[in-house]
Amino acid sequence: MTPILVVDNVSKSFGGHTALSQVSLEIPKNCIYGLLGPNGAGKTTLIRIINQISFPDSGKVYFDGEPLAPRHIATIGYLPEERGLYKSMKVGEQALYLAQLKGLSKSEAKKRLKYWFERLEIGDWWNKKIQELSKGMAQKIQFIVTVLHEPKLLIFDEPFSGFDPINANKIKEEILELKQKGTSIIFSTHRMESVEELCEYIALIHKSHKILDGKLSNIKKAHKNNVFKVGLQVNGEGEGLVNELKDKFQILDHVFDPFEKQLDFTLKLPTADTTEALALLAKKANINHFEETIPSANDIFIQTVKAKGE
Amino acid sequence: MSKLGLIIKREYLAKVRNKSFVVMTFLSPILMVGMIVLIAYLTKINDSETHIVSVLNESAYFHGDFLPGASVSFIEFKDIALPQAKDSTVSLSYDGLLHIPASADLESASQAAFLYTKDNPVSEVLNRLEDIFEDRLRKNRLSHLGVSNEEFSTIEKGYELQTATFDGERNLKGINELKAFIGGGFGYLIMMFIIIYGGFVMRSVIEEKTSRIIEVIISSVKPFQLMLGKIIGNSLAGVTQFAIWIFSASILLFISLLLLDIDMAALGANPAMQSGTMGAMPPMPDGDSDIQKYANELFKIPWLLLLFSFVIYFILGYLIYSSIYAAIGAAVDNETDTQQFIFPIILPLMLAIYVGFFSVFSNPHGPIAVGFSLFPLTSPIVMLMRLPGGVGEGGVPLWQLVLSIVLLLLTFLAIVWLAAKIYRVGILMYGKKPTYKELYKWLKY
Repeated sequence: MTPILVVDNVSKSFGGHTALSQVSLEIPKNCIYGLLGPNGAGKTTLIRIINQISFPDSGKVYFDGEPLAPRHIATIGYLPEERGLYKSMKVGEQALYLAQLKGLSKSEAKKRLKYWFERLEIGDWWNKKIQELSKGMAQKIQFIVTVLHEPKLLIFDEPFSGFDPINANKIKEEILELKQKGTSIIFSTHRMESVEELCEYIALIHKSHKILDGKLSNIKKAHKNNVFKVGLQVNGEGEGLVNELKDKFQILDHVFDPFEKQLDFTLKLPTADTTEALALLAKKANINHFEETIPSANDIFIQTVKAKGE
Repeated sequence: MSKLGLIIKREYLAKVRNKSFVVMTFLSPILMVGMIVLIAYLTKINDSETHIVSVLNESAYFHGDFLPGASVSFIEFKDIALPQAKDSTVSLSYDGLLHIPASADLESASQAAFLYTKDNPVSEVLNRLEDIFEDRLRKNRLSHLGVSNEEFSTIEKGYELQTATFDGERNLKGINELKAFIGGGFGYLIMMFIIIYGGFVMRSVIEEKTSRIIEVIISSVKPFQLMLGKIIGNSLAGVTQFAIWIFSASILLFISLLLLDIDMAALGANPAMQSGTMGAMPPMPDGDSDIQKYANELFKIPWLLLLFSFVIYFILGYLIYSSIYAAIGAAVDNETDTQQFIFPIILPLMLAIYVGFFSVFSNPHGPIAVGFSLFPLTSPIVMLMRLPGGVGEGGVPLWQLVLSIVLLLLTFLAIVWLAAKIYRVGILMYGKKPTYKELYKWLKY
């Protein structure tokens, strides 16, 4: 299947500042793709290029196999990080205006807006002015306007900032349902843990360079470092056992609770093979738990940056 | 509806529904007419006041010279001393006391005469008295020379050099000024429109930036479309407001003049006051035949050409300036940062108005007038001042008009292109206080 979006060797600089240097990405159809990286890494610049707000100095972008062109604007939905609405305009009027700018007819836009307003339980806001609404309420309207024209590709830049946990969850559910219906979604965020659970694919961007991308599960597998969290029920002296284990394994840190007789420690093995360690531990004490630590996107990011010698 | 149409419609509605806009639209004509009526009314009251001056004449001369006039009348004191005369003048609250002491002859009597007043004398009173003395002295001196009044009046007749074009067409004095004044009216209108509604465009851009909706919009439309829609929408709102102003102000003025019974001639007497900075109307020579000639000359003004050029210069001039305003709005984060950029915009406009009124009035086809009517940032105003003289022989050479419009058109394209570039970059920049150097860098993004 053709990817929904291919970014091919795109570079962009502003004056002396390089925002993107030779970034290539491939975003498969019908997935949630995380564009991760700290503030100022170049995520927003890349997104603006995809939205044809700015244009690359070099490199190409392909949308669904075709070179990106103005007509694709109507098939992309974009919720920018810096978002707002006209303060003195009424909610309904404003939503209609923005929908029509995306190419919907007035009657069609009205029909769909009615559906979404009811779905998010904001039907009675139609004649309110934006300045009467709270920030979270305005965000709901922005979300509706972003998805209203049923785009093939949705781009959310820091989507959950400004939402309270309940509404953030509601929006998360809506996004998952849109994905179910076949929409491809790009998430951009610097708070990597917030969207990690949603994303199937991620790309890490750091100082204008893409430093890592691919399927999240594969990346995690590749970054496993054979570190295990172990909990033991010991009879007797915990510290003695730790010293004994230290002769055989690499123990990173440990905590011993003399009342509960619980010894927790982190174990680093030379390979992924756990049979030897488990056999040995089983002889010494009762094993409460033995679990592999999966690195978070944040850990992977830090690791990768360090590995690149920065 | 096209996207541009949608934007224009939204900008227009957002503007005309704005409360302060509505208030201004309906309040301004009332204020304006109120001012004019007030001035006219006050002038009328002022004119109807008569000043009374008491006269204590102890000399043998000037008897019968102090006749009551339109604004000054006289009361003669007899057989009392100066202090008593002063007291009675004060107690009767007259405007002043003229004292002519007993003297040997007319000349010394007038030298010794004094006007006593409470404060500084009213100029009307002083002028009238000086006229009386002057008249009387002249008569006296003439009779000494043996010249009769009739003989003198034939000498005193002024002289006016008659002028004509080489084709033999008679010229009229002051017609250049009158024509430039008519053209200047159009130019002034353009300037006011640019300053008021250019500011609207700028504020509207700033509002989009501060409310952070800009990125949502330009992910659907091109920044240039948005800028153009904004400029057109706001100017349509401006035209609406102007039309309402002119229409309602003329009705109001007509009604209030009718109700208050104020003669239009009374207004005509004080044109400098009403037109403010526009300067005074050139003096109209007397005589029916002259008025007829002026009327003919006014009919000869190529109104159609003038109106047509007005539309062209208005549209191009306004588009140039309002796109600069839009670029400024995009470059800044709030209105207080705009000052450093606004002044250089207003400067050429002011220059055009003042240079126009000083140099086009005196010589509509002199080098300064020609230069400023070709320079694109001033041509919309200055060329319109020159145009009432017509195009071709005796008026603006056709090549100048064409060159001026071509230059304006080229400048328009260049400025809109530059402004659109600054606009495109600026609308997505937050929290930076831009410098001219920064703006120059944006042009290359």
